[in-house]
Amino acid sequence: MNEFAIATRDLVKEFKTNREVITAVDHVSFQIEAGNTYGLIGPDGAGKSTTTRVILGLLSRTDGESRVLGFDSMRDMYQIRERVGYIAQQFSLPPNLTVMENMRFFADVHMVSPENQKQRIPELLSFAGLSDFTSRLAGKLSGGMKKKLALACSLVHEPQVVMLDEPTLGVDPVSRREFWSLLGNLRAEKGLTIFVCTPYMDEAERCTRVGLIYKGRMIVDDTPASIKTKIPGHLLEFSPSVFAPAIQLCTGMDGVLEVQTYGDKVHVFVDDVPSRRAQIESSLDAQGISHDTPREIEVRMEEAFISLIRREQESSLEETVLPQPPQSSGARR
Amino acid sequence: MNSEQFAAGSPILPIVVQELTKRFGEFTAVDHVSFQVKPGEVFGWLGPNGAGKTTTIRMLLGLVKPTSGGARILGFNSGTETKEVHARVGYMSQQFTLYNDLTAGQNIRFYGGVHGMSSAELRQRVPEILQMAGLEGRERALTSRLSGGWKQRLALGCAIVHHPKVVFLDEPTAGVDPISRRQFWELIYQMAKEGVTVLVTTHYMDEAELCQRVGFISQGRLVAIDSPSRLKQTQMRGQVLEIRTADPDRAMRTLKSAQQRGLVDLDDVALYGAQIHVVVPEAQKYRGLLEALLESEKVKVLAIEWIAPTLEDVFISSVKIPPAAR
Repeated sequence: MNEFAIATRDLVKEFKTNREVITAVDHVSFQIEAGNTYGLIGPDGAGKSTTTRVILGLLSRTDGESRVLGFDSMRDMYQIRERVGYIAQQFSLPPNLTVMENMRFFADVHMVSPENQKQRIPELLSFAGLSDFTSRLAGKLSGGMKKKLALACSLVHEPQVVMLDEPTLGVDPVSRREFWSLLGNLRAEKGLTIFVCTPYMDEAERCTRVGLIYKGRMIVDDTPASIKTKIPGHLLEFSPSVFAPAIQLCTGMDGVLEVQTYGDKVHVFVDDVPSRRAQIESSLDAQGISHDTPREIEVRMEEAFISLIRREQESSLEETVLPQPPQSSGARR
Repeated sequence: MNSEQFAAGSPILPIVVQELTKRFGEFTAVDHVSFQVKPGEVFGWLGPNGAGKTTTIRMLLGLVKPTSGGARILGFNSGTETKEVHARVGYMSQQFTLYNDLTAGQNIRFYGGVHGMSSAELRQRVPEILQMAGLEGRERALTSRLSGGWKQRLALGCAIVHHPKVVFLDEPTAGVDPISRRQFWELIYQMAKEGVTVLVTTHYMDEAELCQRVGFISQGRLVAIDSPSRLKQTQMRGQVLEIRTADPDRAMRTLKSAQQRGLVDLDDVALYGAQIHVVVPEAQKYRGLLEALLESEKVKVLAIEWIAPTLEDVFISSVKIPPAAR
């Protein structure tokens, strides 16, 4: 697994408390080729941050393998740190240092020589759009600018890989887009490998490859386009006058694979659009539920994500109810 | 404020904002903003950080005094009839002000007590709220032990314990995962169907799509207000092309450099996984132009498609201001 920028095989991380052992990362395997933007997505508490920190060697591994640029997370921590930039989820830049002082501070920590600093720091500040703010205190920057400064700081030692843990949490859409545009430029111009943990499904669409992690397990690891095609059926959307009865009506109907809610709209996955549309409409009419015509819409990452997690929940439920062999396929229709 | 619009016989709108303005010294945080929200409507109030979103909500709640103009909530003047307003509205902020050392049930009873509800009323209301929030059986759970999604629904329950007719939700879903967010939006629409008017702010543009109508605020001004689908038709400056090539990184470099040299008028060039999205003045014309440009740099073009803008595209286009100003 040496040729990959980041690779794990059967990675396990357990946390032991007095009463129990919690498996935060459960036999996770994935490989990221250099120059890719990889998104690790999953709900809160799924194990995204823990996975990231184990790969970086900040947490000890319980079992399995994990490597960055061929270096072992546990053994070669120092080599990894020299070659990887990292923004932790709850990162904080020293607020009483200016933008320039922050850059110098991080450059010194990474032992970047003064000559290299002279060239590198102005480049990065201009890249991050912070050239006009060098003397502003980090604590006085807007949320979006703080994130951009953190990114610039994480790049000061010219890493080949950056690992970003929910880098745009709580940032407004304009700043979020600017941040992603910077990441796009890094990838296109420098061939940097970018690893990003995110709960935002639209950010997942910006990755070349996505891993969906749930309860410490990797559920799917593929390109966004093929993940979306993994969801069986076609998606119909409509707004009923009464919500709960309409959902009840559609759930379990012939040819209906799954029902999701979307605000005041109902999303129904069906095996065939024309016949099921007619069937749904006539059932709604028979119940006196007024509605608009169900229209077929594209499956986005968000619908795919919810569907995949639901299936995982159902299959793990089956596992607990019936004592089945561990390699339960979790297959549904 | 013009009182004639509240003349007898005309239905009272839950939220009426007229020429609302707030200055802090030289800085105009909210600049002559006017809009109305209908009963039972789910209205999204969106803008970048510092655009004036929260200041607007604070004025609607009577917590900040407007410099000029005003707002009426259910017919009551926010500035002068604050008590009447507070008795009839619910408010939930992104910090979910819950007491972690109280149980779920105690939190609900506490907020009910603050609003002057009697024990008899609460005996009936607490189970209703628990049921609505999907917290049945968790009444005795310590709030600190609840996960993000549960806490969020409990916070909403506390905000509506006193049967408010108007609810203000200020970034209620920040940091909550997609599945919990969907459940939360189900609750929002359940309230709306019961006639509650909801004003919600969010940074998630996919949530904004769920609102029946949204207002975009930028630098204190209301720049657009309409349904998400109408906004996509009317507010987008330019059209979005999705480009698929054999080498997206090389294509990206080519487009960026052409943009910088002023060869093509591209408003936005961004990588979306293996695709590139560009905003161009006119899709039909630019499709051929971009294909020729890329091919001339030996980038094999697989497809260039004209795609519908997302609400985020429209939002960015509507509120775009020079980065230096931010």
